[in-house]
Amino acid sequence: MISKDEILHVATLANLKFQDDEVDSFVSQLGKIVGMESQLSSVDTTGIEPTYNMGDTNSVFREDKGIRTQTREQLLENVPETDNNLIKVPTIVDKEDDE
Amino acid sequence: MDIKKETIASLHEKLVNKDVTAQDLASQAIDKINADEKKINSFITVNDKATEDAKKIDEDGIKGPLSGIPIAIKDNIVTNGIKTTAASKILYNFMPVYSATVLEKLEAAGAIDIGKTNLDEFAMGSSTETSYFGTTHNAWDFDRVPGGSSGGSAAAVATGEVVAALGTDTGGSIRQPSAFNGIFGIKPTYGRVSRWGVIAFASSLDQVGVMSKRVEDSATVLSVIAGHDDHDSTSSEKEVPDYRANLNKDMHGVKIAVPKEFYHEGTHPEVLDAVNKALDQYRAMGATVDEVSLPTLKHAVEVYYILASSEASSNLQRYDGVRYGFRAKDVKNIKELFVNSRSEGFGDEVKRRIMLGTFALSAGAYDAYFKKAAQVRTIFINEMSNVLKDYDLIMGPATTTPAFKIGEKVDDPLAMYMNDILTIPANLAGLPAASVPAGLADGMPVGLQIIGKPFAEQDVFNAAYALQEENKFYEQIPTALKGED
Repeated sequence: MISKDEILHVATLANLKFQDDEVDSFVSQLGKIVGMESQLSSVDTTGIEPTYNMGDTNSVFREDKGIRTQTREQLLENVPETDNNLIKVPTIVDKEDDE
Repeated sequence: MDIKKETIASLHEKLVNKDVTAQDLASQAIDKINADEKKINSFITVNDKATEDAKKIDEDGIKGPLSGIPIAIKDNIVTNGIKTTAASKILYNFMPVYSATVLEKLEAAGAIDIGKTNLDEFAMGSSTETSYFGTTHNAWDFDRVPGGSSGGSAAAVATGEVVAALGTDTGGSIRQPSAFNGIFGIKPTYGRVSRWGVIAFASSLDQVGVMSKRVEDSATVLSVIAGHDDHDSTSSEKEVPDYRANLNKDMHGVKIAVPKEFYHEGTHPEVLDAVNKALDQYRAMGATVDEVSLPTLKHAVEVYYILASSEASSNLQRYDGVRYGFRAKDVKNIKELFVNSRSEGFGDEVKRRIMLGTFALSAGAYDAYFKKAAQVRTIFINEMSNVLKDYDLIMGPATTTPAFKIGEKVDDPLAMYMNDILTIPANLAGLPAASVPAGLADGMPVGLQIIGKPFAEQDVFNAAYALQEENKFYEQIPTALKGED
């Protein structure tokens, strides 16, 4: 239904990684769930519009004026690592990628 | 004071007559929570400023009906200066710098946020067992689940820690735990309540609602939290009625539809007995009850788990360890920071949903899963609205069984997902829906589900109120709490 390679591919897309033994149990669990979900193929949906959103989806306008919300300091309060009021993260470009 | 025997109105009267102060109510609630926590675990964080907030209310004078009333808030609703975790390790230390609109409205009405209740991680679950902070226990039997995902809110109300609590409902997360704990709970129409500041799970399905022992208390709270919000463009501009003042238990001429598919195979016989008895009570009160059919209901769980997981996989991309929450240590580069923070920070059920959703949205699967599910959703919405053209309300059981044992389904995601079959329909169609206590099965509470037309919350409240006044279930003391006091 869904192979180990597919699971590993989806994990890469989702920015997740699994231990080897976890992958095996995920393959079997997701296989069962996707199998259940595949039953939808039996429903005839020819010409049916999909419903992706609920509620009023009209554009909403407001006056073009600034609203004071949080300060920079407040927005940085939850950041795990900061430096000089900036968010600090590890290397973005790997050395190998430079070549 | 035994909060289980009080209502918002009775507490309000005591406050106005100065028989009790808001500060007393807040400190009593906190004492009760602290005393109960070991056996119930309904709260993740208690608001240690609650008595201080209540003191201010006392000083300013008691005003509206919620003035000085302690209310519990599900911990996926952000509260300025009070830790908000969504029961996830990835937000274990998150301190919001603003409050959700629903909280601002409650606070403007003078309500006291007494603390943050436990839930399944990111509201993904039906038992509160996926919480990073441990499972909550059912007030009727400590060995059973309280339901989920708003299990903490349900248990907090059922034990009398608070008179009312906010929950959220994406596929039944208010109604199922309300049913399991013998209380009332309502998920309003999609768009009735602002979702600003509610930690997103599935944005086309999520809705904030209220849980309380008495129908009238949820009616009071919903009138306060509902309404348009500039911060949520899906919130409706429709006027908000005073649901409490308009409560009317006259059921004469009310047309009730009961979908035969709600009588799901495997439904506990005593659940059916309780629901059938409630339907007889409505007939006796002058309502008509007819059987109808929702043929596509059998696909509702499939549609829901594709759409909800897809939306979740997109919504949860924001948790990457960069700006807030848990950050993995010893990483070599930014990619590893993302992957390790997410893999160490999310629990198994959340990862499962993210994987399912990412799969359903991926090239090659998109048309067959995501788009297909969205199309079947349209068919299902049409079936529901056709029934509601001829009927005022749709009724049936809220759950197929009473509360199950802790640990019974936790390793079987499919069995856990099937739990939601009766509550998912109202979310897929965006309709208002409630669970009201109907009786007992196996000594555990059973909920009758009541679904209304869009924005007809009043009809739902009225029908629930009529049954409540008939069966007076609120007089029952949860079994596990007997012998207290």
